[in-house]
Amino acid sequence: MIDAGADRATGAARAAGSASTRSRLWRRILRKPVGIAAFLLLVIIILAVVFLPQFIEHSPTRTNARAILQPPSTSHFLGTDELGRDVFARILAGGRVSLAVGLFSMLVGLTLGTVIGGTAGYFGGKVEAVLMRVVDTFMAIPTFFLILVIVTSFGNHPVTVIVTVGLGFWAQMARVANAEFKRFKSHEFVEASRALGGTHLRIMRRHIMPQVLPQAIVLATLGVGWAILTEAALSYLGLGIQPPLASWGNMLQNAQGYLWRAPILAVWPGLFIAATVLSFNLLGNALRDLLDPRS
Amino acid sequence: MADYIFKRLVQGVVVLFLVSLLTFFLINLAPGGPSSLIDFQSTAAEREARLARFGLDKPVHQRYLSWLGGVVQGDLGRSINQGLPVTQLLKQRLGTTLVLAVTALVLASAFGLILGVAAALNRDKWPDHVVNIISTLGMSIPNFWFGIVMIIVFAVWLGVLPAGGSSTIGRPFSLADRISHLVLPAGVLAFSLMPNIVRVTRAAVLDMLSADFVRTARAKGLRERSVMLKHAMRNAMVPVVAILGLVATVLFSGSVVIESVFGWAGIGRLAIEAANGRDYPVILGVTLVAGTIVVVINLLVDLLYAVIDPRIRRD
Repeated sequence: MIDAGADRATGAARAAGSASTRSRLWRRILRKPVGIAAFLLLVIIILAVVFLPQFIEHSPTRTNARAILQPPSTSHFLGTDELGRDVFARILAGGRVSLAVGLFSMLVGLTLGTVIGGTAGYFGGKVEAVLMRVVDTFMAIPTFFLILVIVTSFGNHPVTVIVTVGLGFWAQMARVANAEFKRFKSHEFVEASRALGGTHLRIMRRHIMPQVLPQAIVLATLGVGWAILTEAALSYLGLGIQPPLASWGNMLQNAQGYLWRAPILAVWPGLFIAATVLSFNLLGNALRDLLDPRS
Repeated sequence: MADYIFKRLVQGVVVLFLVSLLTFFLINLAPGGPSSLIDFQSTAAEREARLARFGLDKPVHQRYLSWLGGVVQGDLGRSINQGLPVTQLLKQRLGTTLVLAVTALVLASAFGLILGVAAALNRDKWPDHVVNIISTLGMSIPNFWFGIVMIIVFAVWLGVLPAGGSSTIGRPFSLADRISHLVLPAGVLAFSLMPNIVRVTRAAVLDMLSADFVRTARAKGLRERSVMLKHAMRNAMVPVVAILGLVATVLFSGSVVIESVFGWAGIGRLAIEAANGRDYPVILGVTLVAGTIVVVINLLVDLLYAVIDPRIRRD
């Protein structure tokens, strides 16, 4: 009876404790107005590129020879390009591609980096020596050259582009995961789990990974911004996403041919890339302040 | 110290070997082949003769060994599309890239150091916020787009700077002409490079300001100038030097894109042309040279680091 009461009491205390932790977290979040603004802007951009295309009358690919290089108007918010396509519709379509490539390639890099870097850090010794030498190799090749090599060899199917950009990011993630797993592997809670017969996989997944997660989230957020920039650069050079599929990068490539006649064409895609990447960077910095007490 | 140098040297060579292995096999195991070797008017025998000319009829490990043998002797093979030795193409282009890269690096370091120190000394005051905004923008704005906007402003609207190229074609060498072609690309590249340097400098100077030896220097009555210059700044430069390796890789990646925006005929442009034309020996050569430069810079940085900070050597 008394036991049950005590149980209930600690349960209630625990609930109250977690509620106050939560409200404290909320208060800390509210003290980051820039981070909140960046987050909201990202939500708006993502909702816009996902849902808005259904509601606008223009198609991103339909050309119109009688309305080329039009200035912005009520019918074409951002004007038309050299083939008479609606620039706003293309920005939205390109945004879908750019954001998807950014998110998925970050996931590729994050997964690969965490698994390989984490394994190296956890086991140490020869395993670490070999795996980290591979990481060094990837770090030694300037990212863009590595990406050029892969795209040249394997072509520029969108999936290849995603994997390639992810490969440009994984080595950095691996270094962080390596250091973190190494730091935590000798902590008491890990030794306790080992003493209880926890397998390596279980220890890595259930005990160490949650500790590394905050840093991984921060890196991932910054990584999406980096991936969007890289994809844009690649497509701008004609080596990434290929027309007629629009991406913010290849729209810029087109626009450069019309700098003297319609310079405004080159402004829009870049503005959207900059706004998106800026939001990811600001959100990443805010998350770092929030989640990573050491920095 | 000699042990340390030797160890780092061996590590550097191992990494370079792995770079060559990785790039060679990525390229050679991929489906398809050099595009200029495939055309549909030629007979099978003609195509095979072409493959044989570039050694492409042999198995891949044999090709790697003979390529590596050449590399060790300074022979990177021949360009498939242009027929010239890769080393010759690289020699023609490397100078142009170095002019751009070094100028950008000097600009980025100078401004990065000044802004980073200014931000640290005025922590949480307006100069810190302004510097933070500038470096966040530098990280977020795509450098090729920034380049295009600069072309629109300075070449299309104002007409004061050339839109591209590294010199006016057909005009004899003139320093003013070269510089006017260099301003925009080097400035844009420096702007995207600067945030790294600003951040590390700011953090390092902040670290130093709260360091014990700086407090001691102040306590023993040294003038503020001498505390800052001789004690704080000098030590703050250590981590800044340490990121030069990273900066070098960012610089290379950036110059590939910027050379294309401004039509500079450097090795970045060479790499893009080779990638578009599937000119494998050229891609391999450019990547290997870029990798070597990065490894060498990292090695120099580590050695410099070990000279400055004796604790590193013992580790």
